[in-house]
Amino acid sequence: MEKIAVQIDDLTVAYNYKPVLWDIDLTIPEGVLMAIVGPNGAGKSTLIKAILGIIKPIAGSVTIYGKAYTDQRKLVAYVPQKGSVDWDFPTTALDVVMMGTYGQLGWIRRPGQKEKKASLEALEKVGMLSFKNRQISQLSGGQQQRVFLARALVQNASIYFMDEPFQGVDATTEIAIINILKELRKAGKTVIVVHHDLQTVPEYFDWVTFLNVKKIATGPVKQIFNDDNLTKTYGINYKVAVNK
Amino acid sequence: MTITEYFELVFTDYTLRTITLGTAVLGAISGMLGSFAVLRKQSLLGDAISHAALPGIAIAFLITGTKDTNILMLGALVSGLIGTFWIRGIITKTHLKTDTALGLILSLFFGFGMLLLTFIQKQPNANQAGLDKYLFGQAATLVEKDVILMVIVTAICLFILLLFWKEFKILLFDEDYTRTLGFNTRFIDILITFFIVLAIVLGLQTVGVVLMSALLLAPAAAARQWTNKLSVMVTLAAIFGAFSGVFGTAISASQNNLSTGPVVVLVAAVFVLFSFIFSPERGILFRELRFRKNRRDLQLQKTLQFMYGIAKTHENISHPHAIKILNNFQGFTKKTLQELEEKDWIELNGQQWAMTNEGFTAAENLYNQQVPNV
Repeated sequence: MEKIAVQIDDLTVAYNYKPVLWDIDLTIPEGVLMAIVGPNGAGKSTLIKAILGIIKPIAGSVTIYGKAYTDQRKLVAYVPQKGSVDWDFPTTALDVVMMGTYGQLGWIRRPGQKEKKASLEALEKVGMLSFKNRQISQLSGGQQQRVFLARALVQNASIYFMDEPFQGVDATTEIAIINILKELRKAGKTVIVVHHDLQTVPEYFDWVTFLNVKKIATGPVKQIFNDDNLTKTYGINYKVAVNK
Repeated sequence: MTITEYFELVFTDYTLRTITLGTAVLGAISGMLGSFAVLRKQSLLGDAISHAALPGIAIAFLITGTKDTNILMLGALVSGLIGTFWIRGIITKTHLKTDTALGLILSLFFGFGMLLLTFIQKQPNANQAGLDKYLFGQAATLVEKDVILMVIVTAICLFILLLFWKEFKILLFDEDYTRTLGFNTRFIDILITFFIVLAIVLGLQTVGVVLMSALLLAPAAAARQWTNKLSVMVTLAAIFGAFSGVFGTAISASQNNLSTGPVVVLVAAVFVLFSFIFSPERGILFRELRFRKNRRDLQLQKTLQFMYGIAKTHENISHPHAIKILNNFQGFTKKTLQELEEKDWIELNGQQWAMTNEGFTAAENLYNQQVPNV
């Protein structure tokens, strides 16, 4: 059997007594490109944040390759929602990508030539090298998303968590991003993506988790991405054209 | 005393030198830390903290009975910190929003402080007079040991800032992400907030409870206009703050009875105003100029486009046409014609115009914005 990248047991998260995630059990095998889908308020972002320790769950446990997240940080990279930061912050694209190296550096140590080189390579990978000195507010939404992706790439992790990387980007950027994600999977990395566009799930992903406060289903797209699960997740009689 | 006399005296006169140095150092540290407050969108936190410090001053006096600035400031520091942690507590533990929490703590602590001040004033104790100077500050009471304390705190603050620069920067930009990298964001956050509180408390004697937040925010707001680099912004804010201190003291010393604190704040406000108008990228003036230039360029392009439409229908694109036929078209003025001729896009001949080859190519490619992908 393949290795397990992320193991979640009985995870429950609540904001102000109202459960946002209820008793989630989830096993994510190594090397999958997985979409987390579900309606607004289903707790998709919360799930990622709880895995990463940004939000404290009221119950349950998460392990990364069998150990607690705090011991495995360096194996994990995170791409937050683009809208979660102030893009008018006085800094450049290269500078933001360099932040991806801070975790490896630890406290106080400053990034040097090695980190700069890695950051420039990451920028090149997402096609943003020529924008390296651009102030981040002068980047388009798609470019900002690419910078965030580059920041995660420079972490050189084994597992990537991405919160809606396709939100508000044009078709070109979407293709560029998905190609990078597919490359990551080819390199044996595990990629977990909060995703909204159900139409593209079969095309982009090989694994899917349906989530609506509770976990509805999880497994290979070919087996479980069907009207039955979609209806259970979205509550309406959802019909989607799936190429089987 | 005139301003020039002031600048001659500042190097020899002990009192003037002390006050000037004090306000300058205070301006510098406020500007530096104010940048962080502004970028964290916690501008109002400074105001709440400074007001929250007032009861601490009064209580410190009631307990010790002395008016020693260090002891009073210690009281201010404690009550400022309590106020800050209450604000954070309200935000995390209740449904109330940040602005509500700030407003609540600000008025609550300030009201309590005022109550204590009036209570102290009713006491039959000759020593009580003068505590109300902390409301608006009184730079004239600065003595050498106050300034030495300011310099020491500023030096420590600078050291911490340089040491944890990377951590401060990433926390300011993206707190959640910082946490996933394994940094203790609470520690960084408390460190920043602690120094902001410290700077505010240092300024209470000089600028006072009511105006201190302006000294924190104004230099930072001004500095943000001039740069897109965090390090430059913090440095600029410190410089603006220091200059506000020096000029403010100079003006207040040269005009009788002008109290220093408010003048320093007003000078800082002038920096802000100047920056809002004249900074090259974000300033109002240059933005307006750029806007006008764009409009002019667009008008030119519209006219050219119209001419292109006419020229296209002829086999010889340089076939002359009457200027009159352009009159139906709104974008056209005499000036645009001249400008087009200067660019060699058209040739004017009496009442006739003719398109050049360059003009034709330029018009053809005008809106062909083929942006190469990636």
